[in-house]
Amino acid sequence: MKIYAFLGGMWGLIIIGGGLAVTVLGPLDLGTYGVNATVKGGVAILLVVLWVFILVKLTRYIFR
Amino acid sequence: MMDFLVIIVGGCISFGVVYGVIPPLISALKKRGMHVLDVNKKSKTMVARPGGPAILAGILCGITTLYLGTGQWTILATMPTIGAACVIGYIDDLRVMPGWFKPALLVVAAMPLILFGQYSTDLEFPLFGTVNIPILYLGVILAIIPIMGNTVNSIDVVNGVVSGYMTMAGVVVAIVLALLGRWEAFGLSVILVGASLAFYRYHRLPSRIFPGDSGALILGATYGCIAIYGGVEVVAAVALLPAIANSFFFLYSVKRVVEHRQIKRSPVYHDDDMMLHDTGDPQAPITLVRLILRNGPQSEGGVARQILKLGVFAAFLAILSGIMMIV
Repeated sequence: MKIYAFLGGMWGLIIIGGGLAVTVLGPLDLGTYGVNATVKGGVAILLVVLWVFILVKLTRYIFR
Repeated sequence: MMDFLVIIVGGCISFGVVYGVIPPLISALKKRGMHVLDVNKKSKTMVARPGGPAILAGILCGITTLYLGTGQWTILATMPTIGAACVIGYIDDLRVMPGWFKPALLVVAAMPLILFGQYSTDLEFPLFGTVNIPILYLGVILAIIPIMGNTVNSIDVVNGVVSGYMTMAGVVVAIVLALLGRWEAFGLSVILVGASLAFYRYHRLPSRIFPGDSGALILGATYGCIAIYGGVEVVAAVALLPAIANSFFFLYSVKRVVEHRQIKRSPVYHDDDMMLHDTGDPQAPITLVRLILRNGPQSEGGVARQILKLGVFAAFLAILSGIMMIV
């Protein structure tokens, strides 16, 4: 059951992470194409790092 | 809309080619001494490997059928990526390459998808809609093929799992693509289902052939192409969650990219009845199989059933995600 809970948690994180990506990255517009792409890339990497960080916490919590 | 009949014919040809090519391939591989010991069997059982060339033949014939039936050349753009994945896997089948080898070369294999421009720069999330990331999406393409390829490869642990799992995942993305009305990518997913189902016939317990790295990478790369081509990256990832979790557990415990064959401490062992047990070794990597075995020893077939049950759960979540993309 723990593995199922973990998979459910991963799925929830994907849905929430997607929501964050759409609401944060979507409206972001800094005009210049290169600057915009760089900032969006940076924010996306931050979101991924945050996603992995929470997943590690979730792993420790479920399989402690 | 791509002709539905052509898609069905493409899927049948993909199935038929893999089904027909494997028996002579098994004979040819055994004649050349290309067989490996099935470590999960009590008696010494040698199994032919790799089955990748048969899977490649089936998928390429299926794609060619779709092209000939519809005249849409865009589907051909996936061929170089799938072919390159086979070559990369085949090299790894012949000799153990370092951990970086497959991920790095699969990045190169993904490049034709960018060159042919057959993708949308909108990343679509369930419930929340799309985000347009023109430059960033190039990175997504270069990441998806290595991640899918290696993730699928990581669940090739016991007889029948990787082919059975990819049949299921292919059906799931096909359902979602049909719901979304993306028929070209739907056609490609039917071809994947045809090839993996035919391979499962020979790969299920007791295996007569192993896919090897070439087979697993072809299945993963094709699946990645479907995700990009159909704009269902998130749904495809959700359907693959148990395999992604397996890769995550492995990286989390080992803390570096390394080939499974290079791991010295085994996470599982066999007893005299060939039941699989968790070694309990804190230095050994954490894997999905090891977590399954925490509840007690299981036979090889039992482990396969548990992984496929997790796949059914992930399939449910993936279809739910697909429905959430529509509403």
